[in-house]
Amino acid sequence: MSTAANADTCPVIGRGFRLQWEAAQDCHVLLYPEGMVKLNQSAGEILKRCDGTRDVAGIVADLERTFAASGLEKDVLAFLDMARGQKWVQW
Amino acid sequence: MNGTGRPGPPLWLLAELTYRCPLHCVFCYNPVDFATREDEMSTDDWLRVLREARAQGSVQCGFSGGEPMLREDLEVLVAEAHRLGYYTNLLTSGVGLTETRIAALKDAGLDHIQLSFQDSTREVNDFLSHTRTFELKEKVAAMIKAHGYPMVMNVVIHRLNIDHVDRIIGMADTVGAEYLELANSQYYSWAEVNREHLLPTRAQIARAEAVTARWRERLDGRMRIFFVVPDYHENRPKRCMNGWGNVFLTITPDGTALPCHTARMLPGLAFPNVRDMSVHDIWYESEGFNRYRGTGWMKEPCASCDEREKDLGGCRCQAYMLTQDPAAADPVCAKSPHHQRVADAVARAESGAANEQPLIFRGPAESRRLAGQDYAPGRSSPPVPAAENPPKVTDRS
Repeated sequence: MSTAANADTCPVIGRGFRLQWEAAQDCHVLLYPEGMVKLNQSAGEILKRCDGTRDVAGIVADLERTFAASGLEKDVLAFLDMARGQKWVQW
Repeated sequence: MNGTGRPGPPLWLLAELTYRCPLHCVFCYNPVDFATREDEMSTDDWLRVLREARAQGSVQCGFSGGEPMLREDLEVLVAEAHRLGYYTNLLTSGVGLTETRIAALKDAGLDHIQLSFQDSTREVNDFLSHTRTFELKEKVAAMIKAHGYPMVMNVVIHRLNIDHVDRIIGMADTVGAEYLELANSQYYSWAEVNREHLLPTRAQIARAEAVTARWRERLDGRMRIFFVVPDYHENRPKRCMNGWGNVFLTITPDGTALPCHTARMLPGLAFPNVRDMSVHDIWYESEGFNRYRGTGWMKEPCASCDEREKDLGGCRCQAYMLTQDPAAADPVCAKSPHHQRVADAVARAESGAANEQPLIFRGPAESRRLAGQDYAPGRSSPPVPAAENPPKVTDRS
């Protein structure tokens, strides 16, 4: 249960949460019982790739390709550990 | 929103489908005169409201009441809300939530159920005893879990049950709630009528908070507990509804649009109706929604207060109930010239002064009686002549 995220982790959006794009707010949001988290662009881009089919290595590779960046793994892992603490994601 | 910019979207849509309810809670926030407002919108009206509000950016939709299970078209409304992309919440007492309907609601796309445990028993002290309602709610809680819904358990806390918080949390954990709201009663509507019975002492609140803190450690994140403190015991007001016309849009059973559940009590304000006006115009253009937005409407001491952006002057309804001026500072604030009225109520709670007036249970007969007597919010007690004290519980049909 307490395993920190690593390259092989396959995160998926937490039970009871729903991720969606909200045009009226121009951002991704996470919806949960009677609440909403507005996500900044990086959080939205990471979470929309957490579909349970990709591992962290795959998510990082996709992000680095999409945004022509490198060295994102550390930030992605830190975000996912925080997000799991909030129950936004599970694995 | 700071009083100059365009407000954000009405993120939260609360659809109060009906004021009808099988329960008789003494702290109900529905209007005291609800029985004189029996008009309910049609299914088509509600479907139009759902579409219009979603187009304006509403994303959370609560189906509430009264008891929303009394609407036979609930499944139709939930299905449309789900199709439109809302996160759909059902706020229910559990009465009427049968196996057939809970399955149909799941098929319709309902995301979450908030189950409230209330005092519906003849003696409030029986709150946690094994009455029929209690057993029914336990059964409903098990059904909610069996169908895979996340569950929020909501318990309104007050003087008569606050000492049971330990057992309440234990019960919520046993039935597997993901979230527990221990919502100290706010003093509006029926709760305001019964305020002298419901206001807890400081010692009671301190004990309940300590019990809650111990449970939080023990639960290790399994269940999240929200402990809403009663604002009468604070010296700064709450940021009511997170701001007037800021995120929250309530539609009452007859289609009246309000910035909060209880705003209809405020004098001199005409609130629009969704049968006459679009949700867009209601939210952005109507006088009712613009009157207390931001900070521009404030008087002293709010107008020059360095905390005005933080609490936005507190609650307009509370200001009106306690000062008869809806633009006054919320008297919960120690800077309000009327703060003594709140302090006096808390002091009476501390002293345990005897109540001559019985608890008034919410019900149609009581509602008509109070409406007929032109009940005015803000009196320390409603005008019940001593010789006509009603029985403790009336109209349980």
